[in-house]
Amino acid sequence: MLRKFLALAALTCAFAGGQALAATTQEEPAGPASGWSFSGPLGMYDQAQLQRGFKVYTEVCSQCHALSLISFGDLGAPGGPFYNPKYQNPNDNPVVKAVALGWPRKVADIDPDTGDATHRDSTTADAPAPPFPNEAAARASNGGALPPDMSLLVAAREGGPNYVYTVVQGYRPTPTRIQGAPAGKYYNIAYPGDLTSLLAKGDTQPAPIGGFISMPPPLTDCKVKFDDGSPCDVKHEAADIAAFLTWASDPKMEERKQTGLAVMAYLLVFSGLLYASYRRVWRNVAH
Amino acid sequence: MSGPSTYEPKTAIERWLDVRLPIIRFGADLMDFPTPKNLNYWYTFGGILAACLGVQIVTGVILGMHYVASGDEAFNSVQHIMRDVNYGWLIRYIHANGASMFFVAVYIHMLRGIYYGSFKAPRELLWLIGAAIYLVMMATAFMGYVLPWGQMSFWGAKVITNLFGALPVIGPALTSWLWGGFTVDAPTLNRFYSLHYLLPFVIAALVALHIWALHVPGNSNPTGVNVKSKSDTVPFHPYYTVKDGFAISVFLIMFAIFVFFMPEALGHVDNSVPANPLATPAHIVPEWYFLPYYAILRAIPDKLTGVLAMGTAILCIFILPWLDTSRVRSMRYRPQAKTYFFIFIVACAFLGYCGAHEPDDQIIPGLATFQLGDYAVNSSAWLSRIAAVYYFAYFLLITPLLGLRETPLPAPESISSPVLSHPAAAPGGAAAAPEKKG
Repeated sequence: MLRKFLALAALTCAFAGGQALAATTQEEPAGPASGWSFSGPLGMYDQAQLQRGFKVYTEVCSQCHALSLISFGDLGAPGGPFYNPKYQNPNDNPVVKAVALGWPRKVADIDPDTGDATHRDSTTADAPAPPFPNEAAARASNGGALPPDMSLLVAAREGGPNYVYTVVQGYRPTPTRIQGAPAGKYYNIAYPGDLTSLLAKGDTQPAPIGGFISMPPPLTDCKVKFDDGSPCDVKHEAADIAAFLTWASDPKMEERKQTGLAVMAYLLVFSGLLYASYRRVWRNVAH
Repeated sequence: MSGPSTYEPKTAIERWLDVRLPIIRFGADLMDFPTPKNLNYWYTFGGILAACLGVQIVTGVILGMHYVASGDEAFNSVQHIMRDVNYGWLIRYIHANGASMFFVAVYIHMLRGIYYGSFKAPRELLWLIGAAIYLVMMATAFMGYVLPWGQMSFWGAKVITNLFGALPVIGPALTSWLWGGFTVDAPTLNRFYSLHYLLPFVIAALVALHIWALHVPGNSNPTGVNVKSKSDTVPFHPYYTVKDGFAISVFLIMFAIFVFFMPEALGHVDNSVPANPLATPAHIVPEWYFLPYYAILRAIPDKLTGVLAMGTAILCIFILPWLDTSRVRSMRYRPQAKTYFFIFIVACAFLGYCGAHEPDDQIIPGLATFQLGDYAVNSSAWLSRIAAVYYFAYFLLITPLLGLRETPLPAPESISSPVLSHPAAAPGGAAAAPEKKG
């Protein structure tokens, strides 16, 4: 009785924290029907998908979004899109080197001889050079909105990869009940918002779900063509970029889960041994 | 209770040491400490908590080697730990989830103390020191949550420090002093880091006092009956080292599930966004272990009264030994007290639930009810009010009055008696049965 109550109380407390309800409404973020390769305790990244996702990032997202916490070298680290066991040091990985060198933007630097501001090619130690030199420039180019850095985007959104997957596909024509949609913004059913104030006067029905997002619809069918011949409709592009950004948020996931399995096995055996010792030590004590 | 020392120095160096600094004798007596033989698994949480403190200090010291306490660099230095430091992700996830595990264990430890009356004479000071540890733990955990300098760190710090501003006269001065300025900013982060590094060692010192205060009267036990003879006890080692060791190992399994397979489950997504004083998150929610207090705070519309209620909620824990009038220690023999205790746990769980929700969120979805004062009846606000009233009533009314009015069941003569006879034949055996094994 006591045990059950305490366990229940502990569980309730533990999980209540994560369930703060949003007052805004939006489409419930859901992943692709086939699920994510990386979900569950044994799920790992699909390397080909990470490579496709990186291509989507390079050709589409990187026009506006920085990826400041990822260096090119990280792309070739274990668990990363271009990891190759032949190159334990990712800085030697030719694919990684080529990606760094071929990055469309140069890195802002100081010329060591003259001290002048200059731009140089990326090395594997660099993060992809960002699309805007600073926040003001980013806002000025995007109607006042700031495209968030994508390094932790999946970690920073309720629903994680499901949110990314849903929001890039969530664009719809603005519902006719909405009066005076904000200029330069796009109606998206997956973007959290509260549209009550935009309803026509006298409209007392619940407002449509979703909100207005500053990002124009980023993906169209086959906007990005994949070298491995994978389907390039919006659904697949969305899944690939969501997977890539999940990796960018959590690049150590594979190492974490693999270590976790070993730790669990160890702890289970160790607990078993301790229990056997406990039974043995206490065998002559009535308690 | 500990009795004369049975340690005999065997080697020359032990004899030399024994008349100068009897540290080996000290350790030997600690290991030999006579411990009631009927302690169940609820009693292993003391050892589990010691392990938690050790884990937090070791991982924290390592994190401190890589962390940069600066408003500009704190957030990225944490990401540097997660991405570039060897096994940094492991150390940080252990530390971050370790705080939650620490609180899981401390809440069970405290509830065990309440259930078995462990705070009653002659253990009031033991309880007080424990309550002080809990208070310092809360301060340490709060400041630790600020250090990653994400949105929830920043705004959590803002909300909590602002509470002190509600105090009359000293409030504004106190908050500026906490902040090191006129708002939560880089100086706040630096002083929180300094204190977050200091306070765990204060906790360690208090733990030493806690164990010292434990070793004078000795452990309480599930029957609440005093130890009467040597046959009631076993030496701490190997009996409880192995039992606590097994419990710690099982606890670590649960700990590892969080660290390796759901490391962000107890965190909040907003903390993956760098602190931004100009953008308030939609919902500022404290960590789960503060949610019951947060619910008490918000249950009262007036800020100062809310803050005082929250303070009183913690104060109740401190003064519990002087609130409880029952002479019977263990609730095993207090059927009514047991019922009120379980309702207390449910009330705390409700408070935790309400703390995570907006005051006007419905408790039963879709059930339309009438407006009562500022909120509908079916709202988180009213549930938290009912639960908060019970929380205070439990400490301030039920506990003092029940001890005077109830008729307890007969307690056993000694620790050994309910153990050696058949449970059904033992006095109060039925109540004791579920916890007897262990």
